[in-house]
Amino acid sequence: MRRGRSAGLLNLHLGLVFLFLYGPILVLVALSFNRAGLPTAWTGFSFRWYEALARNASIHHAVGNTIIVAFASTLIATAIGTLLAIGVERGRGSPALDAILFAPMIIPDIVLAIALLSFFSMLKMTLGLHSIVLAHVVFNIAFVAAVVRTRLKHFDWSVVEASADLGASAFTTFRLVTLPIIFPGVLAAALLAFTLSVDEFIIAYFTSGAGPASTTFPMRIYSMIRFGVTPEINAVATIVMGVSFSLVLVAQRLLGARDRA
Amino acid sequence: MRSIPNLIASTALGAALALGMAGPAAAQKIVISNWDAYMPPDLLENFTKETGIQTELAVHATNEEIMGKLTASGGQGFDVVFVTAPFAEALHKQGFLAEIDEAKIPNLKNLYEEARKLDYDPGNTYSVPYSWGTTGLCYRSDLVKTEPNSWMDLLKPSDDLKGKVTMLATDRWLLGAGLLALGKSVNSTSQADIDAAKALLIEAKTNLLAYDDTTFYSKLVSGEAHLVHAWDGWCNYGIAENPAIKYVVPKEGSDLFVDTMVVLASSQNQEAAHKFIDYVLRPEVGQWVASNILYKVPNRAAMESLDAAVLQQFPNLAMKPADLLKFEELRDLGAAQKIYTRAVTEITSAQ
Amino acid sequence: MTPTIRRAALMAPGLGWLALFLLVPCLLVLGLSFFERGVYGGIDYIFTFENYRRAVDPLYRSILLNSAWIAFLATLVSALIGYPAAYAIVKAPERWQSALLVLIMLPFWSNYLIRTYAWIVLLNREGLINRALAGLGATEPLPLLYNDFAIVLGLVYGYLPFMVLAIYASLSRLDPALLEQSADLGASPVSTFLRITLPLTLPGVAAGSVFVFVLSIGNFITPDLLGGGRRVMVGNLIYKQFLAARDWPFGSALAFLLIAIMMLLLLTQALLVRRSGGERPA
Repeated sequence: MRRGRSAGLLNLHLGLVFLFLYGPILVLVALSFNRAGLPTAWTGFSFRWYEALARNASIHHAVGNTIIVAFASTLIATAIGTLLAIGVERGRGSPALDAILFAPMIIPDIVLAIALLSFFSMLKMTLGLHSIVLAHVVFNIAFVAAVVRTRLKHFDWSVVEASADLGASAFTTFRLVTLPIIFPGVLAAALLAFTLSVDEFIIAYFTSGAGPASTTFPMRIYSMIRFGVTPEINAVATIVMGVSFSLVLVAQRLLGARDRA
Repeated sequence: MRSIPNLIASTALGAALALGMAGPAAAQKIVISNWDAYMPPDLLENFTKETGIQTELAVHATNEEIMGKLTASGGQGFDVVFVTAPFAEALHKQGFLAEIDEAKIPNLKNLYEEARKLDYDPGNTYSVPYSWGTTGLCYRSDLVKTEPNSWMDLLKPSDDLKGKVTMLATDRWLLGAGLLALGKSVNSTSQADIDAAKALLIEAKTNLLAYDDTTFYSKLVSGEAHLVHAWDGWCNYGIAENPAIKYVVPKEGSDLFVDTMVVLASSQNQEAAHKFIDYVLRPEVGQWVASNILYKVPNRAAMESLDAAVLQQFPNLAMKPADLLKFEELRDLGAAQKIYTRAVTEITSAQ
Repeated sequence: MTPTIRRAALMAPGLGWLALFLLVPCLLVLGLSFFERGVYGGIDYIFTFENYRRAVDPLYRSILLNSAWIAFLATLVSALIGYPAAYAIVKAPERWQSALLVLIMLPFWSNYLIRTYAWIVLLNREGLINRALAGLGATEPLPLLYNDFAIVLGLVYGYLPFMVLAIYASLSRLDPALLEQSADLGASPVSTFLRITLPLTLPGVAAGSVFVFVLSIGNFITPDLLGGGRRVMVGNLIYKQFLAARDWPFGSALAFLLIAIMMLLLLTQALLVRRSGGERPA
């Protein structure tokens, strides 16, 4: 009885949080169907922004680039960051290591942006999507490591040692013992890294090369500030939301089917 | 910092020659950085078709961004850049810019005479004007009780406008409003002038809806604001949505801002860069900019071919060059930039 | 492999990456804080402490304190909202948990700028919320935008999911048997929560709080757009020194001081968390 009521309250709270998170998204979706270019009034339902978007190759390119950068930097940062977190947590805590892991989060974006561009120029490196990925991995490592570390607090390392004693290789132990235990943390960390990368603008702007081949979606949008951000961008966001949402549902159905089987 | 890109340029050139590659005419490619949608969408394609010169377009959101990028990279990677005059001046004084070779840009003759002798660069030695305009007041003529005509109408608004005005927050223009209201120069480096303007602007903050550099015209359209501090071209975007929106240059005057094209000294394709600028100065390009971006262009041939209906809908497009030149051009402040930045920080952080 | 070597091998790629692409480049820039701004921007390589003298001015101190306060409020609100949300996700059927997590993050794959514009559409004086209130009979529009409320709201909106993720990561490893034992021993749900759940998940709350605080204090778009530019946050201040003022030496000095202060705060926090929540309760 009591448990039922508190679970109900918790779910109500979660529902309200979703309402808060999706409120502006509903506005954004509505605006993508608004005939007017300014978000000041509803002037009628229209697909014109979707039609404009369909013809706008530079936006398609930018969205593609953002997905590439986000996936690449998430993969690299999640792998390296998880190992780093395990390494840090296996030893005694050290303020020096803590400091190194806090640094990428604290450093103002603009400092990292300018520093990396100066550095890449000094090395005469060609700029492009790869340099944006290099840069995004820098801050993502720190966020991934921080999330995975919370998962590793109170981790019972004796399981790992037991596995090693039974003759399992370090890799097997990681795959079969450590990873399953910390997986929710790794998943949360990867989601966080992906989200940070998808929205990052200033560092991407500085570390990108010229031209559509290395322009990301946020860079495109910020460059539109002077002459107006058109609802085409809302249309992109609506499509991204729709596709991701469907993917979640499909994955859920598949998982459900597997569970029942 | 500048020597590195130059070194690269010469090494690359040397390597190219050593490998027996064809001369600079073949497979040339220039990289241009401009504001997004600030030139005709088919311009680059047509330019390539006609000249065989390949192009790559980078877009920047603000002058400040591209300045940061150029400074950090030593100008490496760009050939032609669009920036506002004081920034071009700073780039020039730091040695980032190539000299403009007049002989390679015959279309300079299309520019108004006034645009050839602007104070920051008389004779267009390192920059070529692309568009120009004023900063003033943009308002809803149907919602204000009396039509504004002074900077004081913005800084000390009447009761019905309190909380319904916005100001630009970019430092030169924010302080500019205060300096002009007090009858001072927009380039004043006198601490006393700047302090006086600062005091006036801190007082004005209490009646402000917000500082807004980007969406002020949309606030006018929605009715959220009734009077905003605006660049004339941006006010036109409001006018396009609602004809009751009007633009006025206050009686105390305005600044004259000029967006320019510059060629980087580190560019390995200065020939092609000059050809590009020459192409942009064609009347039909200027005409497109004036009638689509709604900015005045300093191109006589372009302005004279403008549709009368456009001029009627957006009266500030019809301002004569001689009238524009009455206003003071924004100049790079040199060492006084520190005083401006500090004053703006004090204003925007005042509670 | 000895444990020390194994540990070093685990950390090598991460630390190497940070050394090469963070430490070296940033030290090069922060080193500029000991030189002078050139008259037209750029750097004059003349050694000076002038930038630090300028940086310890009361003006910048008050900006730092103000933005720390705003960031603290955003962190507090995020923790209060985020904890129960993460708790609800952990209590949901296991096969739904990943989906719920993704749904929490999904709004943030749109774009920061247009989400912020959407908030403006909701909150402004002529906006949807005020129009709805007027429809219900309100005579005066609520001042929801261009003030500290709007900044904190925007920051909470932007960073709440990170709080939820961090808390989820530490909550989900909590052993349900432990909680049942506690209940069996007669502890009330409240005391079980306060004495077992909360201490064990403190590292998650701490990590989430670090995310929200650090990202908030460095944010420079929300204060400009939702706050109407009426408040300067530290992120904003440093951004403007580098770009608008083209004063890299002074920007570096401010950044260096900010990094030092934040580092001190975070290391103290890490130490406290390690002391209070780090040990498994007997």
